[in-house]
Amino acid sequence: MDWNWDFTWEILPELLEGLRTTVIATLCGYVIALVLGLVWTLLRRSPSRILNQTVRWVTEFIRSTPLIPQLFFVFYVLPSWGLTIGPLTAGIITLGIHYSTYTAEVYRAGIADVPKGQWEACTAINLPRSRVWLDVILPQAIRRVIPTLGNYLIAMFKDSPMLLVINVSEVLLVAYQEGGRTYQYLEPITVVGVLFVVVSVISSILVRRLERRYATT
Amino acid sequence: MSTVLDSYEQWLDGAWVTVQLTVYGCALALVLALAFGLAGTSRRWWVRVLNRIYVEFFRGTATLVLLYWFFYALPLVGLKITSPMTTAVLALGLNVGAYGAEVVRGSINAVPRAQYEATVALNFTPFQRMRRVLLPQAFALMLPPFGNLVIELMKGTAIVYTIGMVDLTKVSKNIQGFSGETVAPFLAVLVLYFVIAQVLQLFIRYAEWRVDRMLGRRPSREPSVSTVAAGAPGAGVSG
Repeated sequence: MDWNWDFTWEILPELLEGLRTTVIATLCGYVIALVLGLVWTLLRRSPSRILNQTVRWVTEFIRSTPLIPQLFFVFYVLPSWGLTIGPLTAGIITLGIHYSTYTAEVYRAGIADVPKGQWEACTAINLPRSRVWLDVILPQAIRRVIPTLGNYLIAMFKDSPMLLVINVSEVLLVAYQEGGRTYQYLEPITVVGVLFVVVSVISSILVRRLERRYATT
Repeated sequence: MSTVLDSYEQWLDGAWVTVQLTVYGCALALVLALAFGLAGTSRRWWVRVLNRIYVEFFRGTATLVLLYWFFYALPLVGLKITSPMTTAVLALGLNVGAYGAEVVRGSINAVPRAQYEATVALNFTPFQRMRRVLLPQAFALMLPPFGNLVIELMKGTAIVYTIGMVDLTKVSKNIQGFSGETVAPFLAVLVLYFVIAQVLQLFIRYAEWRVDRMLGRRPSREPSVSTVAAGAPGAGVSG
């Protein structure tokens, strides 16, 4: 079978429309992941043993189970509890929660990496707890982990095609439907593959630039 | 709940498919990771270019896109892979192998330079240098990120649901389909995946303990920024 360029140009606008959905899902999910991840990290540091162990196991559970069954869970179970949400919203929420357990780990490593002297200095000058976190520890910790957080954005982008299992019309589902309509799978799926490689490689270059910019050593 | 328990045979079959995919996928990924990782440390530029092409390409594509391409597009250009299992193992192995190759390359480069210089001073052959000095030390560095990759690969096996293989995810969806229940089957499948992940964790911990003892090191507890970064699905070990 030969590559059909006319067909490729014909489906390209629709694929780009699908890519837009993919990017929206990734970015919205990423915002949830960044905020919720920090919440997990801070809760894990709480002095209450029950609270921090619960958070530890909940995040461990979410992190070590696959995204697809989690998508099913959110998409099919929440309506039966009376909360009806669309596929895209369900996808964004699941993606965000799933990756928040990764970003939590990243923040944790970043906080552990802040030199002990910084904590001691805070105690020595008697800073209030809120200022210790907001003005001393977090700015240093987050600066260290910005490149790693960037990598997770790329990872989320690459996991977002899985949203097709709950019928989010993201780029791969669009390609698959185009293929099904015309019985020509080669062009649409190859184009999607190329789009992914292009976006990933460009974003890896950007992350590498971030790494150099925020290098601590 | 009872429907979920009654169909335990389906669950077992599904779990078996998931475990098989994980094991074969890991085997393929390990081979590719070592081959291309070592290629990345080569002195010849064209061997290093080979490593870059493999890593950037397979790390750049999403596993699901790769699987779809192998499953739907590849037969059209004349390359027909007969079993879905092989297709899935190829997609998973090639993808995770690319991350693994970065881990291998990064770990070998992270072995202190003096070790390399010592082997040159002692007139080791390149093979001896790798086999006796660099790899054993690099191996200890590789294990924690490899452990993360194994779990990632296990989680990745859920994508075979989309090409109609009956793995754990598909079983849960089937049960939801004929019983109409939602909470029980989807909770059950998540718990089963969690159990598999914890068992894999145990193996990884044991391997780490063995390697640390072999090198006379103490296992490190808290993961540092670099180990967390190395396990990131979008990342490699820098340096």
